[in-house]
Formats: sequence, C-alpha cells, structure tokens
Amino acid sequence: MGMNRREFLQIMAIATAGGFVLNSEESYAASDASRMYDLPRRGNVSFMHITDSHAQLYPIHFREPAINLGVGAMSGQAPHLVGNALLKRFGIKPGTAQAHAFTSLNFIEAAKSYGKVGGFAHLATLVKQIRASRPGALLLDGGDTWQGSGQALWSNGQDMIEACLELGVDVMTMHFECMYGAQRIKDAEEGILKGKMDVVAHNVKTTDFGDPVFKPYVMKEMNGVPVAIIGQAFPYSTIANPRYFVPDWSYGIQEENLQATIDEVRKKGAQVVVLLSHNGMDVDLKLASRVSGLDAILGGHTHDGIPAPIPVKNRGGTTLVTNAGSNGKFLGVLDFDVKAGKITSFHYKLLPVFSNLLAADPSMTALMQRHRAPYADKLNEKLATTDGLLYRRGNFNGSFDQVILDALMKEKDAPIAFSPGFRWGTSLLPGSAITMEDVLNQTAITYPYSTLTEMTGAQIKNVLEDVGDNLFNPDPYYQQGGDMVRVGGLQYTCEPNAKMGQRIQDMRLNGELLDASKTYKVAGWAPVSEAARDKGGEPIWDLVARHLRNEKVVKVSTPNVPKLKGVAGNPGMV
Amino acid sequence: MSNEIDLSRRKVLKASGGVGLLALLGGIGLFRPSDALAEWNKAAFSSKAMDEALAGLGATTPEANAAGIQLTVPEIAENGSVVPVTVSSSLANVEQISILVDKNPNVLAASFTLPQGTEAFVTTRVKMGQTANVVAIVKADGKFYRTAKEVKVTAGGCGG
Repeated sequence: MGMNRREFLQIMAIATAGGFVLNSEESYAASDASRMYDLPRRGNVSFMHITDSHAQLYPIHFREPAINLGVGAMSGQAPHLVGNALLKRFGIKPGTAQAHAFTSLNFIEAAKSYGKVGGFAHLATLVKQIRASRPGALLLDGGDTWQGSGQALWSNGQDMIEACLELGVDVMTMHFECMYGAQRIKDAEEGILKGKMDVVAHNVKTTDFGDPVFKPYVMKEMNGVPVAIIGQAFPYSTIANPRYFVPDWSYGIQEENLQATIDEVRKKGAQVVVLLSHNGMDVDLKLASRVSGLDAILGGHTHDGIPAPIPVKNRGGTTLVTNAGSNGKFLGVLDFDVKAGKITSFHYKLLPVFSNLLAADPSMTALMQRHRAPYADKLNEKLATTDGLLYRRGNFNGSFDQVILDALMKEKDAPIAFSPGFRWGTSLLPGSAITMEDVLNQTAITYPYSTLTEMTGAQIKNVLEDVGDNLFNPDPYYQQGGDMVRVGGLQYTCEPNAKMGQRIQDMRLNGELLDASKTYKVAGWAPVSEAARDKGGEPIWDLVARHLRNEKVVKVSTPNVPKLKGVAGNPGMV
Repeated sequence: MSNEIDLSRRKVLKASGGVGLLALLGGIGLFRPSDALAEWNKAAFSSKAMDEALAGLGATTPEANAAGIQLTVPEIAENGSVVPVTVSSSLANVEQISILVDKNPNVLAASFTLPQGTEAFVTTRVKMGQTANVVAIVKADGKFYRTAKEVKVTAGGCGG
C-alpha cells in the first residue's frame, strides 16, 4: 500500500465517520499517532530489542494467534492469552491500534483500517528516533532475523545481515541463522560483522570438547554504567531443525553454564545483566525462576507479542521476562535507571511498528531496493488470488497451511499431508494476489524438500504425539516452541492436558478410524534427516506455486483443525 | 577463556587421538584400565531392570541426595546415540559413580571406581533409545546416594 501518512489519517477519519469503532482516547487523530511513539527517556541504561523478524524487510500483515493454549501451570497465564483475555490482562482498550497489534480480533477490518505493520525502513526511522532520545542505547537482535523470505534464502541471509548493520544492531544471538550452515554464521561473525556487531551464545559448544563456539557474552559501558549482554541461542536447534547444518555444535538450555556466566560478569562489575534469549517465553519464564542475577530476559522464538514484562521471583531477586513478537511488528524498549550501582526503576514498552505512522528511512529503502532487484521478477509473479484471509499463526492449522496441505495432497496424490507448525508466515487479506514472494514467506528454509512417505497408522499417531508433546508438555523445558504439526486429510481429537501417548485420539480418514497396522501415503516437507536431503524432493514453494497457478482463485474454507477436549474456557482461545 | 589455548589443546588431542585421551586421563588417575577390568561387575551390567542393577552394585536402597550429587544431562537429547552425562559430587570420600538408564535394555550404562583423593567428576556418553530417567548413584564413605533426571528422546522436526 503506497498510502502516505496524511492520506492514511484522512482514511481513518472516514472510517471513524463510517461507524468504525475507535475509542476516543486512543483514536487515530494525528496527535495520538505521534503520541504512540513519543517515549520519554526513563533512565540511563536503555536497550532496544527486535526478534524473529523472519527476514520481513517490507511491511506486511501478521495476524496474531486466535489459539495459543497454556497447559499445566501456564494455563491462563501470559503468553497463553489471546483476544479479549490478553487485552484485559494488559489493560489495552478494544478497538484500538494497540488491540489490533496484539490480537487477532476483528482482524480483516482492523488490518484495512490501520494498514500494514513492520518493514525495516519504517523500523529504522523508529530506531533512530528512540536512539536520539537515549544516548548510548544498545539495539539487540534475538535471532530468526536472517531467514523467512525468498530474498534472504537466495542471498544466504546477506540482505538481512546488511539491513541489520544499517539498522545499527549491536548484539545478536541465533536460531535459523545456523541453518545456512555453521560456516556461514562464523564467516559473517569474523568478516562483515567484525567490530560492528557481537554474536553471543553461551550455550553453543563443540560436540567434542565442549569448547565455546561464540562469545558467551559481551560487556559494554553505557553512560558510565557497565552492562553485560549474555546470549542464549535456540537450545533445540539440532532437534527441531536438521542436525547436518551444524554437525559439530551442541546446544541445550545449559542452566548451570548460564549461572556461571552470570556470576562471571557480575564479578567483572556488570551492574545491569540481560539475557538475549531465543528460548521461547515459557522456557524463559522457568529459567528466570531458577537462575539468579539476571535483571531481564529479552526473549523471542515463540513470537509472543507481550505488552508488559512478566516479573519472575528467584533466590537473587526479580527478573523481568519479555517477548517481542515477530515479523518486524514490534520494537521493545527497556529503560533502567541505575544509581550508585543499583537499578532503582525500570520502564518497558513494546512499540508496534505501524508502517503508515512512521516515514520510510531513505537509506534503508535504498539498501532494500538494491537487494531486491536481482530477485524482483521472480518474487513479483502473481500465482493466484485469495477470496478469504490467509494466515498461519495459531496452535493448529491456519488457512495458509491449508493451502500448502491441499497442494501437497493433490500434487503428491496422497490422502494425508503434514506441514510444520512454524510460527512465522505472513497474512494476506481477502482479495489479495498471492505472489511467489507470499509463498516463500511461508516456506523459505534451507531444507524445503517435499516428501512422500508410506506410514502405518501407528507411525502417524507417534508423529502427532511427539509433536504434541513438544507443544503441550507441562514442563516448559521439554517444549520446542513451534505449534502443532499441520495436518491435511486426517481428522482427530486432541486433548492437550493428557499425557504423551494419550493426547491424540479418534484419528479418522474419510470418517473411517485409522488402522494402526495399515499403511497410508503421507505427503510432507521440511524433513530433518540427511537421508531425506540426499533424496532431494521438489522444493515446497515450486509445488505450491504450480498448484496455485492451476487453481487461480483460492477459496478459503475453515481449516482442518482437530476437535479439542478438556480446554473449554481456556483464555488461550478466542 | 583464551581461544588460542583451546585451539592448541584441540590440535594436540586430535593428533594424539583417542589413545592419547585415555592415556591422559590414566595419567591423572581418573581411569585405570586395570581397575575396570579387575572389577567388571557382570551381574550388574547384564541387569535388565533397575532393582536388579542396583542390587548388583550393592546399592539396594540408595538415599535420595539431589544436593550432594550434580547430574548434568540435556533436557532433550540432540542425538539419542550419544547423550552426554556428567556427574560430580560434593560428598566426602566418593569411591564410585554409576550411571543407569531406566528404560535401556541393560540398565547400568557405566560405573567408575575412583581412587582415593580423586575429584568426584566423571563425564561420558550413553545411548538411549527412548525417553527415560538417567540415574546417578554415588558411593561415598561406604554409603549409596541417588539422584535422577529425565531425558527426552524425540523424533525432531517442526520447530520454530
């Protein structure tokens, strides 16, 4: 959308006149728009935090989940709140720009009214504005920044690396960055990033002697206050993703090592210690209760846009835990006031990046155009249009997943299909063109092979149980941070609070119960094994693109979601 | 920590290979092949059940002691074939450290006899076919102590 700010505000005035409900206090009059980003400095130590942008350089729509169930002690607790329950918990008024940024409520209408979110050119303007009011502020990138678009994939993450340098990222940690191969990130660290951006991860070691692969932390002085930023890479990088990209590296949560690292930086005089984490919010909340000496965990991975930090008590005091959403939608700003070596107060704000309210930064725009040029024709190809809303995020199938599953089943002639429960993947409004870029925004990984496998009913159940336990294990340390595997063709019942082995029930194909010993053809993609890589199936985006070119118009129907048991009234569900 | 020192240590160890590593450990008294051979506990190592394995070690009713034994294992195994397990103990006069996996076909995975005055610290890798409890048994001053942690073995994929 090429609307400028003045045009946008005019449209907003029309929308209001037309009966679109906007709360008077938060309504988008010009003064309110500027007020959203008017954030007075509240201390002498400030961190800006971005995470999980998944290479979305351009403004997009991103629908937050309508279902994000918490189990066990996390039931009804942030981040497992959606819709009005989330608004209520954080005191956000319904029908406002903030409500649109943080929830899926009234998504289509609100997205049309408030416009797209994110975009590095708009983010750059906001970062410059915050930096100007906070001398010495550091910009931290929590990872999953170099992956998620066709352009990033084809340039080996080069577009994102240069965009992050342009944005002024000071410190980063990682997840999908490692899936370009170990050499890529090490080369970047020792080459283009050297002296400009620190890559930190205390929990990545060599598999042979346990030697550190990256700097565990970096210490900086901010306005005379020594601060330490410790890095925590995604602990399950070699389990949730192919091991072969990083065969010589070992990850893990590594609580004891983290405590030792905190103790070390405190001994060296750090007065503010933060963990830049790609654990996922549930893991961070548990970790915060078990280690002491962290002032904050600035978290990512689970893509939870959480408006306020969650304070967690531990034997050393209190640690603030944040999660800064995804897809370039948000910029987290954390101010600490440090006096005589002690933190006396903090203020945190997770600012939504509304592209229509922030001018595009010219030099970032130029950089983006330069990187897009070689791929523009390919990315711009219009494959089909959609008659309904396409989105992915949520515990179970989104409508965009359904498109991928339908394509897999048809193209592979299989009655059942699986698609990974990734939490990235942008949204498209009804009537939109679906371009190759949009398909790649759902699929751009370095192991995109489509597969066709013969599986018994028992094996299918095992896969669903295994992934279900990665999502619904009541102990966060056993959660891997993705959503449930998306399932096509097969209907089932899911009981999230049941034990592993008992969550998946009543699996049916065309109304018939699945036979444990019978063999079924199952289509899928994103296999993690070397054998699947060597077999080399067609990249998923080519398969989906072919399907869309044939379909021409995607008719969106209700996605194939399981029947849920035992979660009635859970506020993690709209 | 100096990277250069790490790198040179790596080169030395790589050049000398596995024999060198064993020799090095032997040299500091952590591992003496003669000890292991002399005390091979056939009954314990061929046990199919936890009770049987504990009886084979002479540790029928070990006392739970999570504070005195530090057991470090991954929450989720990166590779079930080589799960790193580290056991250390702050108890006085540790004589023996054993590692058991309750769901393995042979429950007792390793047992280390520590000569007097040795730091109570062992690290090794065990094979696990499925999610199971890893149990550490420490014998100190003639008494047996126990702690355990669950390690999940998962099919993988679908994260992020």
